[in-house]
Amino acid sequence: MTLFPRHVDAKTRRHNFLRAFAPAWLKCPLLWFLPLLFLGVFFFLPLFKILAFTFDLSALTTSNLQLAFRVLLFTFYQALLSTFLTLLAGLPSAYLFARYDFRGKSLLRALTAVPFMLPTVVVAAGFNALLGPRGWVSVIFPLSSFQFTGTLGAILLAHIFYNTTIVIRIVGNALSRFDPKLEQAARSLGADSRRAWWNVTLPLLRPPLLAAALLVFLFDFTSFGVILLLGGPRFATLEVEIYIQALQLFNLPLAALLSLIQLLSTLAFSALYTRLVTRTTVQSAPRSAESNVRKAGSLREKIFVASFIFLLSSFFILPMLALPLRSISRLDANRADRAQIQTGFIPDYYTELFINRRDSIFYVPPVRAAFNSLGYAGATVLLSLLLGFPAASALAKPGRLEKILDPILMLPLGASAVTLGLGFIIAFGRLLTSPFLVPLAHTLIALPFVIRTLQSSIASIPDRLRQAAASLGASPFRVWQTVDWPILRRATLSASIFAFTISLGEFGATALLSRPEYPTIPVAIYRFLSQPGGLNYGQAMAMATLLMALTTVGILLIEKLRLPGAGEF
Amino acid sequence: MLELRGVYKTYEGQPLLRGISFAVDESETICLLGASGSGKSTLLRMIAGLELPDAGQILWDGHDLAYTPPHLRDFGLVFQDYALFPHLTVSENAAFGLKMRNWPKNKIQERVTEVLNIVNLNSFGNRKVTDLSGGEQQRVAFARALAPRPRLLMFDEPLGALDRALREYLLNQLRGILHRTGIPAIYVTHDQQEAISIADRVLLLHDGQIARQGSPKEVWENPGSAWAAEFLGLGNVIEGLKVEGWKVETKFGIFDVRCGHRHRDGEKVHLLVRPLQAGEGGVIRGRAEDVVFQSDRFKVTLDNGLYFYLDDEPKVGEKIEVKVKLECLG
Repeated sequence: MTLFPRHVDAKTRRHNFLRAFAPAWLKCPLLWFLPLLFLGVFFFLPLFKILAFTFDLSALTTSNLQLAFRVLLFTFYQALLSTFLTLLAGLPSAYLFARYDFRGKSLLRALTAVPFMLPTVVVAAGFNALLGPRGWVSVIFPLSSFQFTGTLGAILLAHIFYNTTIVIRIVGNALSRFDPKLEQAARSLGADSRRAWWNVTLPLLRPPLLAAALLVFLFDFTSFGVILLLGGPRFATLEVEIYIQALQLFNLPLAALLSLIQLLSTLAFSALYTRLVTRTTVQSAPRSAESNVRKAGSLREKIFVASFIFLLSSFFILPMLALPLRSISRLDANRADRAQIQTGFIPDYYTELFINRRDSIFYVPPVRAAFNSLGYAGATVLLSLLLGFPAASALAKPGRLEKILDPILMLPLGASAVTLGLGFIIAFGRLLTSPFLVPLAHTLIALPFVIRTLQSSIASIPDRLRQAAASLGASPFRVWQTVDWPILRRATLSASIFAFTISLGEFGATALLSRPEYPTIPVAIYRFLSQPGGLNYGQAMAMATLLMALTTVGILLIEKLRLPGAGEF
Repeated sequence: MLELRGVYKTYEGQPLLRGISFAVDESETICLLGASGSGKSTLLRMIAGLELPDAGQILWDGHDLAYTPPHLRDFGLVFQDYALFPHLTVSENAAFGLKMRNWPKNKIQERVTEVLNIVNLNSFGNRKVTDLSGGEQQRVAFARALAPRPRLLMFDEPLGALDRALREYLLNQLRGILHRTGIPAIYVTHDQQEAISIADRVLLLHDGQIARQGSPKEVWENPGSAWAAEFLGLGNVIEGLKVEGWKVETKFGIFDVRCGHRHRDGEKVHLLVRPLQAGEGGVIRGRAEDVVFQSDRFKVTLDNGLYFYLDDEPKVGEKIEVKVKLECLG
């Protein structure tokens, strides 16, 4: 010790103090305090209030129960049908991606994944622009008998559009990891190709197949925006009925009852899904020594590959192309001559967004909705990072406490947005005049994604790096600055964009919570679409195009920022 | 019985097999021996019907199998990493081929017990195959292929993933079973010891062609080419020029070697110098550079690059003479 001069000693003391202090601070349960408090107040309290409301029993009348049963039945029916059709579209697609090599494969795969991230209002607007009463198909082929919006078919089509990518990912991944030798072994033991598929491939593929189906079913079961915008109130699922009862009929007890049914069903399906996924990872032993991917050889294969590439690309491109094109085209029949369609490119729908018309459905120029949305999204980013960072750092090094708290933090994923919105209304009714509820709800929805993104990045930094930096003389702050931050920067940015795009496109909770004078972009699109008139329709298209552009940029940025090997979903 | 005629196969534009012809006789076990990537597995897969040859024929009793799909060929195939069905138990795996042949239930039961007995796994029937050790999995794979009494059995490096002791044990078992059942078999490996232990006839695969074939004794005594001698690790291969008579001139000296009538004077020839002392033949001189004790003798590497196994330990740096036998490799 005497070798060191006094001033160095003081510095080392400070270092030692910080070094000793920093890990303790990192493990401090205080990290949990803010995120848990937030969840307690804005998630569990509202859920509790919903529960308390249903214990009131005043909602348990015969007619209410009948309605609830009918709605539940329809929700099941449409979700089952959607899941079946999604599998029908998804399985050959999964096979295509898992087994064949073709030009533009990664592009097509990305294309099928885009809808999963797009806001429901954008997808609904896209299908409306393609197949709706004022859409391209109706204008170009004016058949009076053709009707798309307001039908079950529209709902089903949008659900397929949304969820095919889940089947492609889950089943496709399992298929491409599948060891082709197992099928060959079956063939050499005397099984023809049908029996080899039936006795070997299918049983081994059953777990991922079931997992994909259950996940798709879960999404279809809780779908809200698509059903409200494309089906209309005639097709009331649980979600839509909650919205109608709460906002249009002010029957909160019935809405709460429906919410409870919704929560219990989702919980049951999620538990089933989790059980299935854990069992799958244990069982799937086959490993692939050689690549299964090849070019289409025989004529039959070539026809299959080509026709599915064509079907998939047109199915995934057309609605998303119809939307922006429709937003700049005049396609209305001239009043004097109905046979004559005036066509041409016009910027009117966009310029109209900036004008506050007296007879318009807003009190403010529609472009205000965009500013509101951006403001809410900014607030959501700040709030979810603030809460997400401490939670993610604690989760990155899980102790016993963290293993219990981890699923609790992820719970908001399981509750539907409409239920969250309803909970907010019941719990904070008096605060509804405050515009702060919307970003709070958005934060609740975005938080699980933000935590997961940050957590995997924090966990990916080996402690040895920090120790090496410290042993080279870096203070704890310098360690964080030179080791953690450069790695965390990408994850932080990616988490921010996640929160931002989720907030921008969120419709379920916002539809219940937003005040008329503070509309967000999705709410404005919904209102425009539910009003008559070509101008309203055009403005809906224009706003949806804006939202689509913003979200697409966000998705592309997240993809670019994703570290190689980091998880998805 | 099985016969291949001029089988040709390209892989990614490169010729992999260039005209393979051979036949497997009744109750015969032949072994395809070659380096990895020499196309021996591909050859098995073509016989099994999992791939098609670009040219040539694969025949059974004179019938071309080109249009016979794999499940009707009745050939059993044991895969390198076993390819056991992970969702089935040991018994169910063994029963798979019988089920596909629509055997009645009680017959299946009987036969499964029988084959599990043959491979010493009779108490393992209800176990999951994923819980078994490598050697046990290997035996299940064999039992599964054996159960339907195929007219031909094929093994694709079946012991590659196992350790040495286990390999020897299983090899002995396998040889006994093949001998007793009399099913003709093709065994593919890159391991010479395996080939020696199991094969009635060895086929050396090199450069897409069969470089040498014969009983293990014939092949090891007379490898026939420089490549084969080096691949089988038989000793030092040196180059030389044939001069007049029986004489061959090398950089290690001039030796008397019987190089047959195939070579003319002035032609380049390869000689095999087996690393053992021999009573008569040539003499190689050199300085001992490296001496390693190997259980019962010393491996001595000379400064000229040749190595020998000697009973007496020379000092490093010592000048020594070794009497050796030289063989002409052609």
